[in-house]
Amino acid sequence: MARKVPEINSSSQADIAFLLLCFFLMTTSMDVDYGITRRLPPPVEQNDEDVKVKERNVMNVMVNKSDRLLVNGRPSDISMLKDLAKDFMTPRPGDETAPEVETKTFDLVGDVLMSKGVISLQNDRGTSYAMYISVQNELARAFNEMKEELALKKFNKHLDQLNEDQTKAINDAVPVRVSEAEPVEYKSN
Amino acid sequence: MGKFRKEGKKEVPQVSTSSLPDIVYMLIFFFMITTTMRDVELKVKTAMPKASEIQKLEHKALVSSIYIGPPRDAKLGTESRIQLDDSFARVNDIADWIQKERDSRSEADRPLLTTALKVHKDTRMGVVTDVKQELRKVGAFRINYTTLKGSALEN
Repeated sequence: MARKVPEINSSSQADIAFLLLCFFLMTTSMDVDYGITRRLPPPVEQNDEDVKVKERNVMNVMVNKSDRLLVNGRPSDISMLKDLAKDFMTPRPGDETAPEVETKTFDLVGDVLMSKGVISLQNDRGTSYAMYISVQNELARAFNEMKEELALKKFNKHLDQLNEDQTKAINDAVPVRVSEAEPVEYKSN
Repeated sequence: MGKFRKEGKKEVPQVSTSSLPDIVYMLIFFFMITTTMRDVELKVKTAMPKASEIQKLEHKALVSSIYIGPPRDAKLGTESRIQLDDSFARVNDIADWIQKERDSRSEADRPLLTTALKVHKDTRMGVVTDVKQELRKVGAFRINYTTLKGSALEN
């Protein structure tokens, strides 16, 4: 006659499960990282000739080792940088001191008057990272505001409400023209 | 009304707890799947600066992080150091490290690999520039300056 196997008491199963739950609750990290995404340019070849850019097409932004800002040779403040950049990138046909303009045609958005301006960013080895990020952020903000304006004008929608094709069209029509200078060390005195 | 009330059955029946383990197990599975264990032990401080024009860093599996900042261990000074994986590294080590990171991903994912720079805000740009130059040399062009949310004017 087979002996009856006693049933295993399962009342503590819940407790064990709770222990496991607590462990995973503690170790889980669902934090999402945010940041400024950039694409680095390919390295410069030795035999590459310097591309000549007209002076009126360039806005020079320099940050020195004590985090002071110099925009086109004039001392400036970080709070003004966004407006200066936006002002510079806004096409002004006929103005000899402003960057050159050209009209390009894109899918969906049609003809867009574009500035040929480039913002050149140069920083010292002693610049603090916080300042560098602030400058990058303010320049990105200038371009994002221009994108937003174009989106409102062409599609009558906010930038974040556009579909994928429209976003791509806007990004093509408002390219982020920020160029980082090759690192050089310059003396301060 | 009193007609339908049965005699002697006035106590509330006990809530059955037999399904409690099942509920808890369901929660466990949820957390087991979503969990990502912290993969590195930070040896440097990374109090990141704030920025507002930021994007979400998607596809965590395709992101490899470089930490730069002053060492946590005060004995090692306050000069910013580079941390790759679990140890301090020099700028020359980055090329090999990127190669290793690429090898650990599938062929199709390699071009999508992003390097996240998690840099302490007081770090001088010199070391960051060196790292960026090194990344350009090995063709790791997609980078992300990881920041906190906030106004950049407060940095």
